[in-house]
Amino acid sequence: MSSNLRTLCSIGGGGKYCGFFRFDWKAERWNLVVVLGAIIGGFLAVTYLSDGSVIDLNPKTVATLNGFGFSDVGAGLLPPEIYDLGVLSGWKGWALLITGGFLVGFGARYAGGCTSGHAITGLSNLQVPSLIAVIGFFVGGLIMTHFLLPLILPQL
Amino acid sequence: MKFIKFLLVGIFFGIVLVKSEAVSWYRIYEMFKFESFHMYGIIGTAVVLGVLAVALMKRTKLKDFQGHEIDMPDKDKSFTRYFVGGSIFGLGWGLAGACPGPMYVLFGTGVWTILIVIAAAVLGTFVYGLLKDRLPH
Repeated sequence: MSSNLRTLCSIGGGGKYCGFFRFDWKAERWNLVVVLGAIIGGFLAVTYLSDGSVIDLNPKTVATLNGFGFSDVGAGLLPPEIYDLGVLSGWKGWALLITGGFLVGFGARYAGGCTSGHAITGLSNLQVPSLIAVIGFFVGGLIMTHFLLPLILPQL
Repeated sequence: MKFIKFLLVGIFFGIVLVKSEAVSWYRIYEMFKFESFHMYGIIGTAVVLGVLAVALMKRTKLKDFQGHEIDMPDKDKSFTRYFVGGSIFGLGWGLAGACPGPMYVLFGTGVWTILIVIAAAVLGTFVYGLLKDRLPH
């Protein structure tokens, strides 16, 4: 899934800046078609296959997020405090979205794969490097969730 | 028309990720708090099924759609790039609550702000490309 980000860099002319983006991206078109399908699937799932039911989260999780000032926890797939269009009126909303995306894109290519490439495909193929990457995913995720989010979320 | 099977795989993937709530920021937060089995169940099921599928593919020398034997090359042996890169990825995953697959799916669900996350992920990929030869791997 994350290799599509590299393909997008290549299509956008990234090959002019470094060799990492100089490859035959046309051979990767099938993967972009999977992405197109995923977008359509997301649309179909919320439009025709959802009844608006609330996400059944652990009440402890909900209470913690309420403590950070989050409301309607689990009413939608995403917290409005992070993803509503209204967050774009201040710098904090932009900063969170850009930082999160940048770290995911940079880290995925550095590690040579994301959740699909390492956690699912790599572990399925019994690859030790993928296990190291997945441990890394959790080290980063746990630091963010337990040490950084308690500082960040109340600011939103 | 030769792309239709990839489109169908993508559509199925998108529907499953939404209906399993794997695209939910809340579910990722809950996973990293170890307060639910939900995400571990999803990923664990995928890996168990994947191990069986890959083993079957290797044993039966299954061919892909072009008639070539499916070859899954081993990953390069190293520690630094997987651990450091993985940890950076994890920080972003915990913050944005979305990894690359769910980013595309969430766009399909009508979340316009995810485009900023996707654009930033493309930028992050680009910056990695620029720094690649100077980073320890």
